[in-house]
Amino acid sequence: MSEFTNPDIGLDSTTPTGGFNFENVHRNSLIESQLQKATSKNNITPLATKTGTTIVGLVYKNGIVLGADTRSTNDTTVADKNCEKIHYIAPNIYCCGAGTAADTEKTTELISSQMELLRMNTGDGQSRVVTACTMLKRMLFRYQGYVSAALVLGGCDVNGPHLYQIYPHGSTGKLPFTTMGSGSLAAMAVFEEGFKDDLEEEEAVELVKRAILAGIFNDLGSGSNCDTTVIRLDGTVVHGRNCIMPNEVKPLRDSVKRSDVLNMRKGTTAVLKSTFKPRKSGFGVTLADVTVTPMET
Amino acid sequence: MSILEYNGAAIIGMSGKNCVAIASDNRLGISYQTVAMDFQKIFQMNDSLMVGLAGLASDVQTLDQLLRFRMNLYELREERQMTPKVFTNLLSTMLYEKRFGPYFCEPVIAGLDEAGKPFLSTMDLIGAQAAAKDFVVAGTCDGNLYGMCETLYKPDMEEEELFETIAQALLASVDRDALSGWGGVVHVITEKGIVSRELKGRQD
Repeated sequence: MSEFTNPDIGLDSTTPTGGFNFENVHRNSLIESQLQKATSKNNITPLATKTGTTIVGLVYKNGIVLGADTRSTNDTTVADKNCEKIHYIAPNIYCCGAGTAADTEKTTELISSQMELLRMNTGDGQSRVVTACTMLKRMLFRYQGYVSAALVLGGCDVNGPHLYQIYPHGSTGKLPFTTMGSGSLAAMAVFEEGFKDDLEEEEAVELVKRAILAGIFNDLGSGSNCDTTVIRLDGTVVHGRNCIMPNEVKPLRDSVKRSDVLNMRKGTTAVLKSTFKPRKSGFGVTLADVTVTPMET
Repeated sequence: MSILEYNGAAIIGMSGKNCVAIASDNRLGISYQTVAMDFQKIFQMNDSLMVGLAGLASDVQTLDQLLRFRMNLYELREERQMTPKVFTNLLSTMLYEKRFGPYFCEPVIAGLDEAGKPFLSTMDLIGAQAAAKDFVVAGTCDGNLYGMCETLYKPDMEEEELFETIAQALLASVDRDALSGWGGVVHVITEKGIVSRELKGRQD
């Protein structure tokens, strides 16, 4: 917020004060009961987007490997074919999320922000994975499982590599390898068959990829591409965004000649009225447009 | 019937070459009874940004008002217009704040970013974002809309072809959905301005 802003102006019920807002809950329950009476059906509450997911993580000789698929679904419709499920928590900590898409996204965002503030407050250069785990489990336990985020948290700090699984109700486990989401059974089968202590990085990444692929192909809730993130003990991070794309349709589509029927020519659509509203201003002001003078100190 | 299907809606956002289009149908109904055929579901937020809101009509209008309020405050404070990315994050936070008592509304955001390139995104009713390069859909016939967009869409369409494509995708989809239709409207956002066209559609 600008320093010239009077804090009293614009502070009203729509300015967020932090935390969840329950003002629509009563109205929504009335709508629900009214609609239930009218339609005599039970499931009228809309479905939120889920990440019916395969997410995995494992500890190897020199750090942590995290993996995820990239499908998000709304009921049985694929809502996003290439979403990102490996979320940033801190430079040395990442977190895979399964469950309700909004919950995993916003929970990890919130904790990531709290971790950064904590780093600045303590002057400690590096976040600890336990801290992130504790903050996440406290938040999830507080909401009694209603914030449905199932997480695989991994990272390296001064105490070495750490891998946690966190359930939506707030219980956690510290494990050498873990899988979560609807594809967890398929992925765990691969891990149980292939996991060894102190794997080399290359072997570890290969195993993670195989586990994710097992989820992509054997679980309907998981699909599309494979993402990986490697967090090494020295703090370096390697992202393998879309490192395997087994379901790419573009080459196939490009190889088929597009029927001319599908090209919409000018005048195909009957138009009743057409109006044009010219742009008033230029594009958004960027730093290039502003003269920056150093602050007086 | 879900509350999201109470009033009926069909919205598409589609990208072209240095332009982006957003389209919606015109129907407002109460279940199977049609109440209005000129209901606005797409709202202009600034010169290069429009948002389409599908879902419960009262929440569509409430959200439009809240968004306009926040847009105006932002422009007064920052003396610049909100970019589509910032707007998406704002709306996402507004929706997730009401995680346990949501607005029954699925937004589609279409605009041009600072560089004049197309930006498209959508989210569910509690603010889970999904960005797309090609097209995004929302409403009671999203299955139909996905099908039409997957077949008709091609990358880098010029302004005119983009209009015809999105219009045909919309009209074909709503004709197979009882809850949406009664004509439509298409807005094509370009660097020069916004072209809005009212479409002729079936009235049944």
